Amino acid sequence: MAEAQIRNFNINFGPQHPAAHGVLRLVLELDGEIVTRADPHVGLLHRGTEKLIEHKTYHQAVPYFDRLDYVAPMNQEHAFCLAAEKLLGVTVPIRGQLIRVLYAEMGRLLSHVLNITTQAMDVGALTPPLWGFEDREKMMAFYERACGARLHAAYFRIGGVHQDLPQELLDDIWDFLDPFLKTIDDLEGLLTENRIFKQRNVDIAAFTAEEGWSWGFSGVMMRSAGVAWDLRKAQPYECYDQLDFDIPVGKHGDCYDRYVIRILEMHESVKIMKQCLERLGSAAGKGPVSTTDGKVAPPKRGDMKRSMEALIHHFKLYTEGVKVPEGEAYAAVEAPKGEFGVYLVSDGTNKPYRCKIRAPGFAHLAAMDFLSRGHMLADIAAIIGSIDVVFGEVDR
Amino acid sequence: MDETLEEIGAYLELSQGEAIESWHVRHGELTATVSRTSIDSVARFLRDDPRCQFVCFIDACGVDYPEREKRFDVVYHLLSPKQNIRIRLKVETDDASPVPSLTGVYPGAEWFEREAYDLYGVLFSGHPDLRRILTDYGFDGHPLRKDFPLTGFVEVRYDDEAKRVVYEPVRLAQEFRSFDFLSPWEGDAPVLPGDEKAQENQ
Repeated sequence: MAEAQIRNFNINFGPQHPAAHGVLRLVLELDGEIVTRADPHVGLLHRGTEKLIEHKTYHQAVPYFDRLDYVAPMNQEHAFCLAAEKLLGVTVPIRGQLIRVLYAEMGRLLSHVLNITTQAMDVGALTPPLWGFEDREKMMAFYERACGARLHAAYFRIGGVHQDLPQELLDDIWDFLDPFLKTIDDLEGLLTENRIFKQRNVDIAAFTAEEGWSWGFSGVMMRSAGVAWDLRKAQPYECYDQLDFDIPVGKHGDCYDRYVIRILEMHESVKIMKQCLERLGSAAGKGPVSTTDGKVAPPKRGDMKRSMEALIHHFKLYTEGVKVPEGEAYAAVEAPKGEFGVYLVSDGTNKPYRCKIRAPGFAHLAAMDFLSRGHMLADIAAIIGSIDVVFGEVDR
Repeated sequence: MDETLEEIGAYLELSQGEAIESWHVRHGELTATVSRTSIDSVARFLRDDPRCQFVCFIDACGVDYPEREKRFDVVYHLLSPKQNIRIRLKVETDDASPVPSLTGVYPGAEWFEREAYDLYGVLFSGHPDLRRILTDYGFDGHPLRKDFPLTGFVEVRYDDEAKRVVYEPVRLAQEFRSFDFLSPWEGDAPVLPGDEKAQENQ
């Protein structure tokens, strides 16, 4: 019998593959079912966000950040606001900080619920998304009640947040949290000891801490490799240093550890949110929600009716915008997916000279070849799911 | 915090000598300007030196200053998780002189350098795969340069007769509006007609 001709096989995974989590075109070179090379082609969702921001005022730039990682919109706005505040030298009043932390943690819940459930779906479990999305929808309603939009919030503003929250909303969030923990437990019951889920995730895409650092990993990825690194603890911003929470850390750096860390992080986020709600309800948490510097944050509607100065500030802020002093700053937040950073260069005018967005998903996806080489074709879906990429932020 | 950064900055200048053109600490951030050809050795030093340990590659990006002779800045951000500090390295270059690639030091630099090449046209020598990354296949130009218009040069639409997507020059239905926000109220005060002597009399 003639010797069979053996050749490697190239396939296109995406851009319309449901497990590609958006518009990823992944060119895979296969030897049988083993992946020998993975070449992700990104940019199919490139909108030129950075270029657009250079042509807008600082205020108008905020909504673009909602559209990056649209799974947890406010976390992105947060990084931009922190960078601009660093250049302006503005501090946010405590109530504004607490509201920011509250909603940043809600963003983490939104992102982790989506990620865990859809990753489970990628490896064959259909029930988790149905259970998880119900509670996700409730959190979207809290977003809507704070800012009027389910997704594109534009709620975090330079100097604080846009509006104060009514007490009923805070009470409703409080009432939501404990039943939500029950949902997480239900999800855990479905997945954590599930034999199929474990077979698909344990020891898949494992890496060491050194490898992770050199690839620029951050967030859950680094913690899964056993590094207790969390910007909320290591380089605290807002009032995270006054809040009590723990950092879950993995051991193996594989997909399963990342899943477990996300589950535990949701418990920690709920813990943080409860502390914020308690403080917002107490006397210590009362006060303005954004800075009272009229050159940065707009005045209250009531003030505008009576004070000429407030009226002028309002007019100047909504036509010309805030002028940011010359300089450069990098601010990073612990977004649900990892370190989300904004590098802002200002030339002293009302528009950013350069606004570089450092998306965690970009660095993680860059390592796709490193992570998936030698794995089976079916593992690709599990890996993409567990590195948690959203193409809004990868492609910008 | 600032003292630690000052220390690292002084240490870096001492040990790397002429490779470090200048450094300063502002807004609690350490920035060092590095000569173009030695960026890779400086990065290697920062990664391996026990006092620095900048093992994590955070970001690389371009910044365009068209009025300068060397118009681009390539800005690197590194993180030292052990020391819990960050550093920013800057390299000046133009569109012809290549910057040594950091992919040998940090594999994670690969995509960030591709992005800087794609958006600014900065060249990196020693990069294994310097292709475009974010823009369309067959895209022409470097969109984040300051002389590239916001609207671009071509637009796409689906042509029903040709049964494919076609590229056409951009046609703007409305003039592109760019407002001059530099406030006239803060410039030199215009002299009102008939008011020329007001200043002299004061």
